[in-house]
Amino acid sequence: MIPGVDPDRPGVYVHVPFCTHRCDYCAFTTFTDRGHLIGEYVDACVTHVGRLVASGRLVEAATVYVGGGTPSLVPSADLARLLDAIPRAADAEVTVEVNPDSVDGTALATYRSAGVTRVSVGVQSTRPTVLAALGRTHDRDNVTRTVDALHRVGLPSWNLDLIVGAAGETDADLDATLDEVLALEPPHLSVYGLMVEPGTPLARRVADGEVPAPDPDVQADRYLVADARLTAAGLDWYEVSNWARPGHECRHNLGYWAGADCLAVGAAAHGHLAGTRWVNVPTPESYVRRVADGLDPAASSETVGPATRERERTGLALRTRWGVPVPPDRTDRLADLVGAGLVEVTDGRVVCTPAGRLLASEVTLALWPDAHDDPDGPSPAARPGVGTRYH
Amino acid sequence: MPPIERFRSFSIIAHIDHGKSTLADRILELCKAVDSRDMRAQYLDSMDLERERGITIKAQNVRLDWKDHVLNLIDTPGHVDFGYEVSRSLAACEGALLLVDASQGIEAQTLANCYQALEADLTIVAALNKIDLPAAEPDKRAEEIERVLGIPAHEVLRISAKTGEGVEALLDAIVAQVPPPSGDPDAPLQALMFDSVYDPYRGVVSSVRVFEGTLTSGAKLLYVNAGANHDAEEIGVRRPGMTPVAALGPGEVGYLIAGIKDVGEARVGETVTTAVKPGVAMPGYREPKPMVFCGLYPVDGDEYALLRESLEKLRLNDSSFTYEPETSGALGFGFRCGFLGLLHMEITRERLEREYRLSLVATAPNVEYVAHLTNGGTEIVDNPSSLPPTNDTDFIEEPYTTVTMLTPTEYVGTLMELCQQRRGEMGKMEYLSEERVELVYELPLAEIVMDFFDQLKSRTKGYASLDYEPSGYRRSNLVKVDVLLNSAPVDAFSAIVHRDKAYDYGRRMTQKLRELIPRQLFDVPIQAAISGRIIARETVKAKRKDVIAKCYGGDISRKRKLLDRQKEGKKRMKQIGRVEVPQEAFVAALTLDD
Ligand SMILES: Nc1nc2c(ncn2[C@@H]2O[C@H](COP(=O)(O)OP(=O)(O)OP(=O)(O)O)[C@@H](O)[C@H]2O)c(=O)[nH]1
Ligand SMILES: C[S@@+](CC[C@H](N)C(=O)[O-])C[C@H]1O[C@@H](n2cnc3c(N)ncnc32)[C@H](O)[C@@H]1O
Ligand code: SF4
Ligand SMILES: [Mg+2]
Repeated sequence: MIPGVDPDRPGVYVHVPFCTHRCDYCAFTTFTDRGHLIGEYVDACVTHVGRLVASGRLVEAATVYVGGGTPSLVPSADLARLLDAIPRAADAEVTVEVNPDSVDGTALATYRSAGVTRVSVGVQSTRPTVLAALGRTHDRDNVTRTVDALHRVGLPSWNLDLIVGAAGETDADLDATLDEVLALEPPHLSVYGLMVEPGTPLARRVADGEVPAPDPDVQADRYLVADARLTAAGLDWYEVSNWARPGHECRHNLGYWAGADCLAVGAAAHGHLAGTRWVNVPTPESYVRRVADGLDPAASSETVGPATRERERTGLALRTRWGVPVPPDRTDRLADLVGAGLVEVTDGRVVCTPAGRLLASEVTLALWPDAHDDPDGPSPAARPGVGTRYH
Repeated sequence: MPPIERFRSFSIIAHIDHGKSTLADRILELCKAVDSRDMRAQYLDSMDLERERGITIKAQNVRLDWKDHVLNLIDTPGHVDFGYEVSRSLAACEGALLLVDASQGIEAQTLANCYQALEADLTIVAALNKIDLPAAEPDKRAEEIERVLGIPAHEVLRISAKTGEGVEALLDAIVAQVPPPSGDPDAPLQALMFDSVYDPYRGVVSSVRVFEGTLTSGAKLLYVNAGANHDAEEIGVRRPGMTPVAALGPGEVGYLIAGIKDVGEARVGETVTTAVKPGVAMPGYREPKPMVFCGLYPVDGDEYALLRESLEKLRLNDSSFTYEPETSGALGFGFRCGFLGLLHMEITRERLEREYRLSLVATAPNVEYVAHLTNGGTEIVDNPSSLPPTNDTDFIEEPYTTVTMLTPTEYVGTLMELCQQRRGEMGKMEYLSEERVELVYELPLAEIVMDFFDQLKSRTKGYASLDYEPSGYRRSNLVKVDVLLNSAPVDAFSAIVHRDKAYDYGRRMTQKLRELIPRQLFDVPIQAAISGRIIARETVKAKRKDVIAKCYGGDISRKRKLLDRQKEGKKRMKQIGRVEVPQEAFVAALTLDD
């Protein structure tokens, strides 16, 4: 039901695990001390892609997403070389994530000629105090310059990422950030409530009482403010944390939410193919070694049975504007949810209201099949992947 | 088999943590009863709960060879709640080994257990333990024992259960001082059942002490009080592994398996004799009176029958708790259970959950009240929600206890203050030595049941100890405080409290519940009320946000697992009306902070 997803062609996700600086809140696999590995890392990615093509697993990518880390730390010529190696459909969406202070017009122009159709910029906020609280290295001017360059290069689509609910952020900070960001007229915005991820410096600081944990009520208020402002500005909501002008939805991410297949290139990249989900080895070194040894870089995988996939699909679809078909056996619970103003039923589909999106977990649990109806049983534990050799 | 003169039966008794089970370890080693490979600390504490908490809950008997004698040793628990284990063990012995921590000295259960042994006419061998500790003051403690218990200081042995020092001499002293049992092997059989446990494969396994006659394997037995006949399928001794024997003569302690599946036919205190030449019933045991009560309900109503069966079986192993079916508007079908104390309640609940795989809700503990009605009748109230309406009630009585506290002198002030706050009346104050004082108070049992013990420990840095026994009922100004959730009264939350404390109780209870009840999809008002008049109110605000902001490739499995866990968590909650209430909320009153 989620549109724009090509069931016959997979997406390709390329992970770039390098940053110049580690942000307090970030739990993504990334390294700040291994910039010297970028060259061989890109080589390994290219080799890996070549094998995926040779083995017939990758014929034509519907979408490509180069995420990070900080992909813009890769010299643009190397990035172009990597993209060239990936066979793509004629109308493929190709996204690259960039940090505002590590990208310039020249790099963006190179991206453009390498076939990049979409750039995602990690803005988070435009307020100096909030940027400082998040431990970001850039300022508002970096963002304006990047957006100017995007316009000059003439990229068809682009996105700005925002984070709300950081310690010290005020209602006024959010208003100002929204004013400034909307003035740039982005075709796409992602607005994330700050998550305290286990193992991050932020989690430690919260545990030690150094900074307060984000207040869920404050985050909820800010979310509703952002939703109203974005909608008024012509950006339509389409996933919990994503808004876009019509036609600018991120097709790669739509693929995740539709349960589509996706190949994984690079260290710590996650892939999904016909009910198997895997993750590649976690460091650039181990990835480079695996590829050099002719081994599959998958470190572990899990099989997701049909019933579990169905539950996942329900959970993911409920996060989107398209929702799920009215479940036949949940009349009472559905009525409760409608009564509580959390979902709406239109044209036989259940879709979350703004309040309901914030409570998507509760909504999902209410509409999930009971566990004993699930022939897959509880979530299967991840098991180590086998080091299969390519033939 | 050695002649009866070579048998010695004794229980190790002491205040909690004075080292009984550790001493038993050394004795097991000296008697070579346990292979050094299999040895572990507090070997006889075999239950998981005992090992986790580092305390003995169940008495354990073991038979040992010491030089040319046979010893029956029973390791007993020290905690006041398990006093019934001690009294039953003593009834199977001629001697008691009284252990006193040489750094702590005499404590409340030292006295209580020693008096029990004296009452049972046992020979007492006293020993100071932990003399290896730098803080040990054996000379001073020995004098204290002489002064308080009348055991001459020079007769008090000195040992370290940790290093083994003095343990051999201690065993020799037991052999020399404890009299052998008496009894005629040819007399009609009289064997006292002092413990039982249900084994799913073998049925009831009982611990017995033979007083007269001989119990032989295969014999046709008569269980005198139950009036039931059974065959002695297997008899044996614990060394400590179960070891079958052909016969148990007078003075011997062992186990008996008679293929009994109906646990009602093998009650502790039963006298076992033979069908052909029956002996008379022995006095048996005075069943202890439960002091605190709570409701136990299965989280899943379908498990009611399983709960009943489990209670029946557990009661075989622990006859000191009681249970009776009851119904709660909020919790459905369950049981009102009586216990000897809070720890006993907690342990019993945990044993039910672990040994019988049940998931239970326990309501807040309460004591047993007597309501005197305007029509002249009386009603016993062991569940606050069944207190008769105020209009029908003339007055209410509550149980009181005599509480004995032993404390270092410097804490007397703070303890008196605590007792004052808890509506206590001082009975006596006596100096046991220059620095130790015995304080005796009359206190409402309900006040002790709450968190008196924790308060006593924290106010005295752990140095004071307490023992209590019931001292009858007194008239009190009591009211019932009801709790309403989402405007509907929840019977399981009702409590009976003193009128002067009702307002404060209601305020703290609603606050506590607000902390414990997770936010739901709607506001949940929590109110406390006396006879319909609201005295406190809190609100659990509706939950606004639970969504995970980011969910892309790698997060999908993680998010699903998170939701699975959330779903499991919901299953462990009790649905009351539309409100999901976690199990802990029902005992919230227990942890009300001062
Ligand atoms: N230093 C020292 N510690 C000892 C000695 N005897 C026991 N302990 C320690 O005291 C603690 C309590 O010992 P237990 O043997 O469990 O005491 P218990 O009397 O059986 O306790 P309950 O059964 O719960 O009443 C443990 O930490 C032991 O290691 C001793 O002689 N010396
Ligand atoms: C994969 S990250 C990398 C983007 C890029 N390196 C940057 O920082 O600008 C993509 C986005 O995820 C969001 N993000 C990362 N960690 C987050 C967290 N703990 N809570 C909320 N959003 C987070 C940020 O908005 C970030 O821009
Ligand atoms: S948020 Fe972006 S820049 Fe910061 S550490 Fe994570 S990936 Fe690197
Ligand atoms: Mg013990």
